[in-house]
Amino acid sequence: MKGGITRAGLIRAGVFFVVLIVIPLVGGPGWLLNMLIFTIMYAALASGWNLLGGYAGYPSLGHVAFFGIGAYAIAIPFSGSVGGGFLPFLVLPLVGIGAALVSIPVGWISMRTRSDVFAIVTITLLFITQTLAFNLKGLTGGAQGKSVAPAPFDVGTYDWPFYYAMLVLLAVAMGISFYFRRSKIGLSLATVRADEDKAHGVGVRVTAVKLIAFAVSAGIVAMGGGIWAYYVGFIYPQFAVDPLITIGMVLMAFLGGRGTIWGPVLGAFILVPAQEYFAQAFGASELYLLAYAAVFLVIMLFLPRGILPSISERIRRRRANVAAEESTVAR
Amino acid sequence: MHALVQAIILGILTGGVYALMASGQTLIFGIMKVVNLAQGALVVLGAYMTYTLFTQLGIDPFLSILITTPLLFLVGIAVQWALLRPLRGDDLAELSILVTFALALGIEGVLSFVYGATLTNVQPSYANFSWTVFGYQVSLVRFVAFILSLVMLALLYLILQRTKFGRSVRATVQNPMSAQLLGVNANRVSAIGFGLGSATAAAAGSVFGMLNSFNPGSHYDLISRLLTIVVLGGLGSIGGSVVAALVMGVASSVVSALASPIWSDFTFFIVLLLVLLIRPRGLFGARTRGAL
Repeated sequence: MKGGITRAGLIRAGVFFVVLIVIPLVGGPGWLLNMLIFTIMYAALASGWNLLGGYAGYPSLGHVAFFGIGAYAIAIPFSGSVGGGFLPFLVLPLVGIGAALVSIPVGWISMRTRSDVFAIVTITLLFITQTLAFNLKGLTGGAQGKSVAPAPFDVGTYDWPFYYAMLVLLAVAMGISFYFRRSKIGLSLATVRADEDKAHGVGVRVTAVKLIAFAVSAGIVAMGGGIWAYYVGFIYPQFAVDPLITIGMVLMAFLGGRGTIWGPVLGAFILVPAQEYFAQAFGASELYLLAYAAVFLVIMLFLPRGILPSISERIRRRRANVAAEESTVAR
Repeated sequence: MHALVQAIILGILTGGVYALMASGQTLIFGIMKVVNLAQGALVVLGAYMTYTLFTQLGIDPFLSILITTPLLFLVGIAVQWALLRPLRGDDLAELSILVTFALALGIEGVLSFVYGATLTNVQPSYANFSWTVFGYQVSLVRFVAFILSLVMLALLYLILQRTKFGRSVRATVQNPMSAQLLGVNANRVSAIGFGLGSATAAAAGSVFGMLNSFNPGSHYDLISRLLTIVVLGGLGSIGGSVVAALVMGVASSVVSALASPIWSDFTFFIVLLLVLLIRPRGLFGARTRGAL
């Protein structure tokens, strides 16, 4: 895996986060902040998914299960009161750790299978969680949904705490992605992705690194679900465990480029605004589903490796050409 | 006891229809190594086509199979040609799963645009007719659906065992590389295979529409059950998927009768988990490197 902290990388990350931090402060239309909260949420979810789906090559289609678990983990205890309003955010790390712990046995079972079968198993995980959310009425409220007590925030800056919480989550997700890439874990995951049997053969602790990737990615996604539940205030099984959220994560990671740090973020910043636009333009949610499927197919057919890897390959090829020309000239 | 036997009868009859859906899915996997997440959506599409033929033109739902099956056969070929064949890259399995997921979303989108999200079902005049055999209720629709599924499965079996196309399919399933070396046109086999898989979905869909209320979102329930069935049967094994479908039909029907209907779906998931723990390749699956 490629090296440590470069100046270019630092500047890129610095500019990105400073801009995002400043946006609410300078003000802007309400819809912008609202849209950015969802964009940043999806960027964090996709980055979390990427740890498993991109780095380890295990394309989970069931990560929204952890999103739902996180959402209910915030909604259930805070349905009566949220105290000063910041308590749910403080509890969030516990939610993440809890979801990560829950995910370990799940990951252990499901990662006995690979690629396509793994996708099947994880998609079943989605349905299991949704069925539980519907059926455990005493806990989740079933189809009636569960409400979170309204946050006592000032109306003018109501969105700010949620916005910054999502931003912190994204920073954590990207930080972990970065750490994974330059650590032994990332290296081990890359070998798992390339050829798991060989990796096992040469002594990579395959099961351990896979479980780490699974647990960390589940934890990040669950925290995203927690903030989301608090923000939207009312959750139903079909929206907290929505297949479209799963597909959103996967699609964004694919569009931007799997296995890269910025790919999932880029994907989210393209697709979420596009999604909002479709929803506005077509109104009816049915056509929006169709537009989503179309975008999806176009990406799979024409850009299967994602934007960032395609660009970097093109740059590399051009550099190689230039270098080749220079060497012939020198001769 | 009576309730148990009644539940088993119901389960076997329902399982037959699942067997038809699942056999198509497992056939597609066997030939192309593609897990078709759109199989449920194709079933729902078939159900809606039957619904339209029945309500608009008054065509009997069972007869409409003669129309829906060839149509979805062509749709299947088109899908394979337009969406799956052009896929390139080192992780083809992943990409093709996602493409079929997108297809499922697309079908759901079209159907909800045309029909809206309300639950419907196909209700011919004989929908609620049933026989009483030794004190047990056997509904006419379920019984005919079961027989029909057996006929379709037998037809599929004959196609695979007795025709030249069937031989190419079986050769491709066993060893795609040598099949191609021996002159099997892999693209053609894949396209027709996908067509056949969709055709079984159409036939099953017509029946499904009479047995269940459905809306465009119903394919999620269906696909979660179908996936359990094909994994239990062993991916790629048609016989396995039939056995698994019957087992699951009975299991969920018994749970539904003895415990509660809301937990009957859960039977599928628990069975899936047990299979993965004890025998990840399923009942009749071959061990293939890379898949498991």
